[in-house]
Amino acid sequence: MLLHGRTPILVQGITGREARMFTSQAREYGANIVAGVTPGKGGDNVDGIPVYDTVREAVEHHRIEATLVSVPAVAAADAAIEAVAAGIPLLVITTERMTCRQVSAVLDEADAAGVTVIGPNSLGIMVPGETRIGAVGGSADQARRWYLPGRVAILSRSGGMMTEIAALLTQAGIGQRICISVGGDPLIGSSFAQLYDQLAAEPSIDAIVIFGEPGGTQEEELARRLQERPGRCPVVAFVAGRFADRMHGIRFGHAAAIVNGSSGSPGRKREVLAAAGALVADRLDDVPILLRQATAPPPTALATGR
Amino acid sequence: MILLEHQAKQLLREIGIAVPDGAIATTPAEAAAIASRLGGEVMLKAQVPRSDRATHGGVRSATSPREASRVARSMLGSSLLGARIDSVLVEERISGRGELYLGAVYDPIRRRPVLVASAAGGTGVENTAERVVREFQVGVGCRAHATRELGRDLGLHGRDLLSFAHVASTLARAFLEQEALLWEMNPLLVTDSGMVALDAHLDIDDNAPPRSLGDPEQPGTGSTGQRQTETERLAAEIDASDHRGVAGRLVEFGGPLALLLGGGGASLTAFDAVLARGLEPFNYCEIGGNPTAAKIQRLTSLLLGRPQVTHLAVMMNVVNNTRADIIAEGVIAGVLSSGRDPAETIITFRVPGHDEARCRQILADHGVEYLDASTSLEATVDRLAAAASKAAG
Repeated sequence: MLLHGRTPILVQGITGREARMFTSQAREYGANIVAGVTPGKGGDNVDGIPVYDTVREAVEHHRIEATLVSVPAVAAADAAIEAVAAGIPLLVITTERMTCRQVSAVLDEADAAGVTVIGPNSLGIMVPGETRIGAVGGSADQARRWYLPGRVAILSRSGGMMTEIAALLTQAGIGQRICISVGGDPLIGSSFAQLYDQLAAEPSIDAIVIFGEPGGTQEEELARRLQERPGRCPVVAFVAGRFADRMHGIRFGHAAAIVNGSSGSPGRKREVLAAAGALVADRLDDVPILLRQATAPPPTALATGR
Repeated sequence: MILLEHQAKQLLREIGIAVPDGAIATTPAEAAAIASRLGGEVMLKAQVPRSDRATHGGVRSATSPREASRVARSMLGSSLLGARIDSVLVEERISGRGELYLGAVYDPIRRRPVLVASAAGGTGVENTAERVVREFQVGVGCRAHATRELGRDLGLHGRDLLSFAHVASTLARAFLEQEALLWEMNPLLVTDSGMVALDAHLDIDDNAPPRSLGDPEQPGTGSTGQRQTETERLAAEIDASDHRGVAGRLVEFGGPLALLLGGGGASLTAFDAVLARGLEPFNYCEIGGNPTAAKIQRLTSLLLGRPQVTHLAVMMNVVNNTRADIIAEGVIAGVLSSGRDPAETIITFRVPGHDEARCRQILADHGVEYLDASTSLEATVDRLAAAASKAAG
């Protein structure tokens, strides 16, 4: 698994207002946050968590296996590359409004070092009952209300809808193994298809729910991946924004169409996912129903009445 | 931010890529004067942020200043692919030996910028098979030899090859420097004196720091390239007035049902559901983060200030950090300041998550029912549809 209850976590930008809040919330939920970094604030502490000036010093003093990058957009690319250079194997970037150029630079460095990046513009990762990175679920009490430990993975382009779907599953008695807000930006570190490969290999996961949106190529990339090598894990998909297909379409330039083909339309994303064997929900409420269908044990000889 | 053709060409000129001589006209008389300076034979090109203008009558020719004036008169003020033509670019006509396509864009799967080129430029280039793609890294840029290889892949040689490679290198460098998301020249005309960009498309990353882009009288447009309505413009002002939280991204549809939706994914989900039930929304919008009550109040009053709006529905996903009670405060204040009755106006209010008890109380004080996570988003819209059909009697 990407993350488990004991994973030691660093928070970059820990002295920021929001980072302080979700550091204390995540800790209360059980996250093992061992250190923070804010340049110029080395020697301080946040609720007893030591703060360092550089990631290098943090990794010299602590074993760190994941970092949350929560720094303003102007400094985010450098902070992320600093973490890659320090050898941290998992980065979760919650920063919004990074440019594609900045994100591409980070991902080049991360790829070369074999580092997994989630985000940018991610809400974070939740491993129900064990740990979390970021603001997922809000306060620890709220997070315990919405997220239930179990065997389903959620991958979502929307952080808000990740918690909505988790709450829907939890109310239906379906628990979650891991929930990843992959980030809402056009360039992101880990796509649905890349994460599918990791999660489908995980014996503790029975099914994967994805929440898709208009634009980009992630849903199509996952559909291609499922077509080429059908995986062990069934996929239940919901793609929001179908109304966008009915609006006056605006195409601008040819390069994006050349590179991405006709992708981007929610209707088309639903079609290709269904054709690749995913169960596509028309209503969000259908997600738990489809999950039960997808994970129902095949009828046994006894059950078929023989 | 999508730039208009003439703005994109100004940037090309600045980086040393040749474009036809020309100028912007906003009146027929200006078009005639420019045509006269250029020798009479000109092209007139609608300045709207759209592809395939040529196939929709947005690119016309004229052989005299008088004809240029006549053509400009028919184009200016008319609409092209949903955008109004406020200005035309009047340019000299240039002919060449061939038309190429050259563009740069981010590839979301490679997660790197790519140069894309084709030996068959012009409209419909995305459907032609003969195109070549070359990725490069933002930290390194596109090596000169890679652009020569790209040119060879197109079958170019001699001076054409070197001229193409120079343009491609220049484009790749400027693409990164300007923080572009898409920058293309189509067609890129092959002439005896080098390559000339006959058309240019440029989309700059909205997240990049703002920069001066030449003529301030002709600003670029938002990422949709659509002209904003008055309500959309006012909503954007409200959103920009305070950096805390998002309360905007409003798109007007004109029906009687005003919507306050959030966050992004839930707005899309709820809006789909609203349309699927046959309801007629006044607007789409996205609320997120932690907007102040004042911001929500202003947005609510703006929506309820429109005469056709009869009801308001507030729907958000199970929120992670947004405070439901603050949203309720803002909405109630907005309804009251519009002189309406909250109990009559607000058909549904579903914001599950933080501070539910206080939120429920604020709403109850005004006779509005609070829906928590036990009513799903879809079930909320079902209730909305039932209430709307009851209201319609």
